[in-house]
Amino acid sequence: MSAAAAQTWYMTQRQLTAFVRQPAYLLITLLQPVIWLFLFGNLFRRITDLPGFGTGSYLDYLVPGVVVMTALSSSMWAGMGTLEEIERGTLNRFLTTPVNRGALMNANVINNGLSVLVQAVVIILLGLVAGADYAGGAAGLLVLVVAAILLGTVFGAMSNAIGMMVRQRESIIGINTFLLLPLTFLSSSFMAPALMPSWMRHVADFNPVDWAVVAGRGALSADPDWGEVLGRGGALLAVAVAAVLLSTRTFRTYQRSV
Amino acid sequence: MPGNGTLAVEARELRKTYPHDVTALDGMSLAVPAGTVFGLLGPNGAGKSTTVKILTTLARPDGGTAAVAGHDVLRRPGRVRRAIGVVAQKSGADPMATGRENLLLQGRLYGLRGAPLGRRADELLERFDLAAAGSRLVRGYSGGMQRRLDVALGLVHRPEVLFLDEPTTGLDPEARTAMWEEIARLAGGEGLTIVLTTHYLDEADRLAGRVAVVDRGRVVAEGTPEALKGELRGDAVHVELAVAPGEVDAGLLRAALTEFAGVREVALDGRRLSARAADGAAAVPRVLTALERQGAEVAAVTVARPSLDDVYLRYAGRRFAEADGAGAGAPRTAAPAVAGGAR
Repeated sequence: MSAAAAQTWYMTQRQLTAFVRQPAYLLITLLQPVIWLFLFGNLFRRITDLPGFGTGSYLDYLVPGVVVMTALSSSMWAGMGTLEEIERGTLNRFLTTPVNRGALMNANVINNGLSVLVQAVVIILLGLVAGADYAGGAAGLLVLVVAAILLGTVFGAMSNAIGMMVRQRESIIGINTFLLLPLTFLSSSFMAPALMPSWMRHVADFNPVDWAVVAGRGALSADPDWGEVLGRGGALLAVAVAAVLLSTRTFRTYQRSV
Repeated sequence: MPGNGTLAVEARELRKTYPHDVTALDGMSLAVPAGTVFGLLGPNGAGKSTTVKILTTLARPDGGTAAVAGHDVLRRPGRVRRAIGVVAQKSGADPMATGRENLLLQGRLYGLRGAPLGRRADELLERFDLAAAGSRLVRGYSGGMQRRLDVALGLVHRPEVLFLDEPTTGLDPEARTAMWEEIARLAGGEGLTIVLTTHYLDEADRLAGRVAVVDRGRVVAEGTPEALKGELRGDAVHVELAVAPGEVDAGLLRAALTEFAGVREVALDGRRLSARAADGAAAVPRVLTALERQGAEVAAVTVARPSLDDVYLRYAGRRFAEADGAGAGAPRTAAPAVAGGAR
């Protein structure tokens, strides 16, 4: 078990080092959420004037939405990295060594989680600078970050599964382009549920992106409804576990197809 | 099958079919004595890489058994993995890590740690002429440097059996020669067994102590390069005819050549005619006379010492370059032209 843990660390470290050594990529990863926060914050600033929106400051409302959208949009591309490792022969090189098979998969999950964590912290700090009020305090922020990491795990694992299954960049690009905006806007990321058309609200109830937003935003509010937070958070956890299991299965299928 | 000493690799009747009914292996059997360099020679799509994938625990056969370093590849894959080093066709080195970092990570996966691992990495960088480049990102390495690093990666944990899958494909001639010298130096050192796949005839001839000629998923001939070539007895005479195929009677030509020119194993393939003679140079004038009498104009004649290409022709029934072009293997970027008869 300790060997597996050590190997997971080596694999994680390898990916992190590669990430840090690509400054342009690193910069874009950090700038993207900043741009979203700025764009949506200004574009929808007066949305809170709508009767029934229910919050005074749109920035307070927006921060959890951008944290979650960023987790979604950056994790969706995890499969590209896996695909590259397959094409380059790196994955097969590891598979001929005694490395723990689980360590290879776990490192992907951990890396994805770390990258979501860093992005979330940047957005939260930036929101703070811009004057956001995190009424829920540290506990609320923690729930938001954990929810974002779980959502990132769901889509990172799915993206990896797709990468290993179809082994085609175009498929990942197509699926992501197709999914990103509908998943984001069929949730309460930017718009209060009370103001959404009722069918959209019902669709959102089944959208993991909405679960993450509701859990995070709920925990950050002055008076959290912990039942709701735990309900959505639990559902998110279940889907994350299922997605990781799916990608592990796909990994086994990949190993049989070599 | 030779039974001298222990076998580093023993494969029996391996079968593997890929989706869409592509038969990759059709009864592949191998016996590689420990401490030797064993060449798997065949054109693209002959089944060499599939064999290596099975022997290195990457792929599972549909049938048959295989043991590497005494461990069954299906029942004890973990043991096999500890005993082997693999240099695959694709590099597999991490371009965003330095050469040294790649070596350190590889070593850690085998449980090496700390100062001994660091010393081993430096030793390998030194040995493969990468010491100066060891702290540079692999992304900036030349093809030859990457390939040398690949071999170093395969050796970090001092394996018993090293698999080299097409080690010089895509390398320029200079890098290729350097790699040959490196492999030759590895051979015989520390009792290492090397299984080398190649579709370069000269590579197998030069490096391998024993060669298995692979065609369509099975071994068609096996032995030392000298013995295989020796079985052919004599030189190859290749004639290129200046007539359209079908304009001459193959039967008459064959008869004329065998009776008058005293050559054997006459084969006509389009405009290319091959025959075998004890003394090739001496046979040329008689061959030319015989062909002239039959009205077959000659464009070119070459005489060649027996090569593995001839071995391939004899056992697989077609020329190597042809089979290579017609191979069912994946399209490759740097398919080199394999020399014809003369070497």
